[in-house]
Amino acid sequence: MGKTIAEKILSMKSGQDARANDIVIADLDFVMGQDGTSPLAIRAFREMMAKKVFDPRKIAMVIDHSAPSPLQGVSELHHQMREFAREQGIYLYDIGDGVCHQLLPEQGHVVPGNLVIGADSHTCTYGAINVFSTGVGSTDLAAGLISGKLWFKVPETFKFVLNGKLPHGVFSKDLILYLIGDVTADGATYMAAEYTGEAIRDLSVEARFTISNMAIEMGAKCGLMEADDKVIEWVKQHTDKPFEPVSPDPDAVYAKVKEYDVSNLEPQVAKPHTVDNVCPVREVAGTPIQQGVIGTCTNGRMEDLRIAAKILKGKKIHKDTRLVVAPASRQVMLQAIREGILEIFIEAGAAVVTPGCGPCVGTHNGIPSDGENVISTANRNFKGRMGNNKAFIYLASPATVAASVLTGKITDPREFL
Amino acid sequence: MELRGKAHKFGDDVNTDYIISGRYKFKTLDMKELARHVMEDLDPDFYSKITPGDFIVAGRNFGCGSSREQAPLAIIHAGISAVVAKSFARIFYRNCINTGLPVIECDTDQIDPGDELAIDLEKGVLHNLTKGIDLKITPLPKVMLKILSDGGLVEHFKKYGTFNFD
Repeated sequence: MGKTIAEKILSMKSGQDARANDIVIADLDFVMGQDGTSPLAIRAFREMMAKKVFDPRKIAMVIDHSAPSPLQGVSELHHQMREFAREQGIYLYDIGDGVCHQLLPEQGHVVPGNLVIGADSHTCTYGAINVFSTGVGSTDLAAGLISGKLWFKVPETFKFVLNGKLPHGVFSKDLILYLIGDVTADGATYMAAEYTGEAIRDLSVEARFTISNMAIEMGAKCGLMEADDKVIEWVKQHTDKPFEPVSPDPDAVYAKVKEYDVSNLEPQVAKPHTVDNVCPVREVAGTPIQQGVIGTCTNGRMEDLRIAAKILKGKKIHKDTRLVVAPASRQVMLQAIREGILEIFIEAGAAVVTPGCGPCVGTHNGIPSDGENVISTANRNFKGRMGNNKAFIYLASPATVAASVLTGKITDPREFL
Repeated sequence: MELRGKAHKFGDDVNTDYIISGRYKFKTLDMKELARHVMEDLDPDFYSKITPGDFIVAGRNFGCGSSREQAPLAIIHAGISAVVAKSFARIFYRNCINTGLPVIECDTDQIDPGDELAIDLEKGVLHNLTKGIDLKITPLPKVMLKILSDGGLVEHFKKYGTFNFD
């Protein structure tokens, strides 16, 4: 009987014949923590009486969630991370370097076939480059820092077969929002998602990250894709590390398989206050918008900024609307400067902020006021997510956000493309 | 070990942002302080309604969203002795076991707000004392029982220095 991608990677890393629902202890290729989760992990590391991490070259801590620090309390926690990184010789990405889920693939830390944990739920992002990567809490992170291992329940797999070609003006963000709306917020809980089919193959690697990033929003443990030539080339541009892509066996056993034809898909939004509350843009078109956000680990990459800039070029955002742009990393920001994209945003009236997570997680950089509507390229629209539980968050593609801040209301971006 | 207290009821898809908001969790490791804000976005007065030993009772997919371990820690420090739900999101579920907060999967439609509950973790039964009925609990996987019985993952690692499920 064949195996899924998840079963194959967990078999390789545990040295056992891992099948869905088995429990295995497996070797980790990379371990990551961010500034919302690392301080607790450092505390657990000390409480566990550990002295040394298992391998400093396989560990990174990233200061991205409240960066630069907006509060003294945060500054103290950042200080603890810097001290720990110095003491242990691990990688530390400090303020302005970028969002953890952009940095790990971009800096070449993770490659196809790897097993990776991160103390952040969107660690599933690297599934797009064939990495079994999953979010954990701080104590699991501490255990990983010490032992280089973690126990896993081998997940069953939910396979999404995406046929057809995405229409003009419809993006990977629209596709993943649609899928989450279809299967709901716990449609893939405890399972690995595998995304495959023509629509995935047609996407760039950057666009695929958006899909894997949001696998957690359907409850999935990881959001896996095969490594095709595009992925192999992308990874080789980012690292010299050797790697071995993992494909599912033709006779692999899936818990669920769903097929979709994407050729008639429209731009989608997730309405407040859950990510699975999804509808086509036209159903909420005209809803007034006070703030737009472009960025985050979901949609803060070059391709995202380019499409938004194309819509905003030479125009001004609506007078009753604000726009916050946070590029996903320092590299992305530099490239956006070189291409003249930041100039387009700033001239259009945007506030461009430090690469980081702030506007998405409500720590700083654009907390809405009571009753305001925000349209964001982020991955969560929970009540209070952006720091105010009386605000309303809509999630959409960078194109939809750009079009909406131009008109001051939720707008189908195809009018501008 | 028997846990006893009254039920505080919530709905489906309670995410970890609702359990403890990002407004608070990024700035301190003081769990007593975080506990005061537990579930604040769903019920601003929730903390003041808790009698130590009480239970959070909810629907499907409890603890979905962010991986923040401050969520189970805030619940523990608020005096809640266990969370009972129809189902849990997986990162939260692991975090609860690792931090020593019992999580109980059962049919919560049979529990109303204010019901007096007694939970026997060893026998795997939840008694709804108010209604006079017993509810079956989905048993925990062996490795999780081991971590929970060691007192959480920190204690497990203190004892063995690594994972040890033999």
